[in-house]
Amino acid sequence: MSPLQTFQFALAGLSANKLRSALTTLGILIGVGSVILLVAVGNGSSQSIQNAISSLGASSITVLHTEGSASGFASSSSSSSSGTAFAEPKDLTVQDAQALAASAGVANASPVVSASETLSLGASSDSGVSLTGTYPTYFPAENDTLSQGAYFTTQEVTKAQDVVVIGSEVATDLFGTANPVGQSVLVAGIPFTVVGVLASKGSSGLVSADNTAVAPLTTVQDQLTGFGTLNDIVVLAKSPGQVTAVEGSITAILDQRHDETSADADFDVLSASTVLSTATSTAHTFTVLLGAVAAISLLVGGIGITNIMLVTVTERTREIGIRKAIGATPGVILAQFLSEATLLSVIGGLLGVLAGVVGSRFQVVGVKPVIVPFSIPLALGFSVLIGLFFGGFPANRAAGMRPADALRYE
Amino acid sequence: MTGGPPVIRLVSVVKVYGAGQAAVQALGGVSLDVVTMDYVAIMGASGSGKSTMMNIIGCLDVPTEGRFLIDGIDTSSLDEQQLAVVRNRKIGFVFQSFNLIPRMSALRNVELPLSYAGVKSADRRRRAEAALHLVGLSDRMNSQPKQLSGGQQQRIAVARALVTNPSLILADEPTGNLDTKASRDLMSVFDRLNAAGRTVVLITHEADVAAHAKRVIQVQDGRILADRRVTEPGALPPLLTRPGVPS
Repeated sequence: MSPLQTFQFALAGLSANKLRSALTTLGILIGVGSVILLVAVGNGSSQSIQNAISSLGASSITVLHTEGSASGFASSSSSSSSGTAFAEPKDLTVQDAQALAASAGVANASPVVSASETLSLGASSDSGVSLTGTYPTYFPAENDTLSQGAYFTTQEVTKAQDVVVIGSEVATDLFGTANPVGQSVLVAGIPFTVVGVLASKGSSGLVSADNTAVAPLTTVQDQLTGFGTLNDIVVLAKSPGQVTAVEGSITAILDQRHDETSADADFDVLSASTVLSTATSTAHTFTVLLGAVAAISLLVGGIGITNIMLVTVTERTREIGIRKAIGATPGVILAQFLSEATLLSVIGGLLGVLAGVVGSRFQVVGVKPVIVPFSIPLALGFSVLIGLFFGGFPANRAAGMRPADALRYE
Repeated sequence: MTGGPPVIRLVSVVKVYGAGQAAVQALGGVSLDVVTMDYVAIMGASGSGKSTMMNIIGCLDVPTEGRFLIDGIDTSSLDEQQLAVVRNRKIGFVFQSFNLIPRMSALRNVELPLSYAGVKSADRRRRAEAALHLVGLSDRMNSQPKQLSGGQQQRIAVARALVTNPSLILADEPTGNLDTKASRDLMSVFDRLNAAGRTVVLITHEADVAAHAKRVIQVQDGRILADRRVTEPGALPPLLTRPGVPS
């Protein structure tokens, strides 16, 4: 028996029961398709997180205000020692930022307050915009670039003028294709003049980095947030190589200024690289988890093959008897049913790859899936193995039938 | 006759089904030689052991005791793989219920034993067409079994049985599911095959089918009861109506 003939017999066997074959194939299709798609979703979200974080800038360090160690934040600078009485958490101030800006290795330090506000223009409005109040040095530290207009100036900060730079998504939502520069928008009901529009930075998973507005620190504190603590200070190191050293000196300076030890620090120091490594490992876990769920559905599909092949072998007992009587060896019968099972799983696998590739062209829960190239041969290879493995038991049963008994079977 | 070994030889064949208390002896020491070109009918009521004999002669089952030889090959030492090859090369089966493979054309059904023998595609087709021509069904080559009458299906089964040019054609109640006309047609096919030099063994319980044979063996309770020679193996079958090749 040539392999071609074995293949033809397998094809004839499968087409004898098209609906059943199609449903069994569907099990593998869903399994393989979901492995490829879900791994692509995991990979896509991991990439978009990495892009978003690296767009923060490799040299920038964020000092976050916290409620002290008791808040539950794991400070990067805190050790596990405890027992000392906690100092009252102090505010993060503009003076802190100025002190940091003056220290060695620091290019600049931008104090930041942030709030979530509604921006509106006439009938159209955009709620949940992340509004940042800061100094112009914030833009280069955040890797922001302009698509239209200009940044606001230090002078405008000093004078607390009502000017705002809006993110590209806000610009599109409120102005459509019109040029927003020089136009007036209402921020929480207060009129601001748009001086610039930021270039798009893309979305980082669920949160868009373009749904933003940036205004002078003084203006935002004056009109909206009040003069409490800063939310954070964005520090730009002179070079990416100095980030680690600057992180150390930030901790030392703030500990001294706030009169506290690292155990009860009321701030957190984060650099892009620390955030990136945490986020990458989280995303990796997420991808593995998604892949595992998909692999389970592939396993279920494989069991479906065993099930249907057992039914097929029983149904065709008499045919097996005839074939054996006219000279089919056990090996030939084994090959026939194994190739039927493998054909089912390979067809399912190919359609699954197609479904996975097509499916990953769409956004899935806000994530643009990015196909991991090796997942395609891997899923296909697994579908062949599944056919051989899960078809093996039924095929072996067929091959082992005694011809006299099989012929008598009704 | 030729000096070679008999086509089939049974030496004190015993077949027991089951074990211990439930053991049933289906054959109790049967010895039998069938020479080439013979035309043998094995007759018996149901339960007489004739089906067991057919399974052993057809290499579908092995004897519990004794030896079975086909063309001088002792089958007791063969494994399932080798038995399959013996069935393929030495024996052509015709069953009561036709046993064609559904959803395969007549031609593909007849080609199947050649596929298992590893014959090349073009050669396979040529030989299958010749076999179908011999049973008078050249015009139904591409029909599926369910599109054919019982008589036609059985003639295709005969074509499948003789396509490998076997030493023995073994037919188990071949007319059991056919009407009188189709039975007569089929038996004349067997007569002509035997006249052309084929060795034929029929298993039957019908006397008018057995009347076509040159030798009639009666089986009862797993033993040979009577063994009657009608004509010599080299002679023409007794009821051959139209000698020579079929129309």
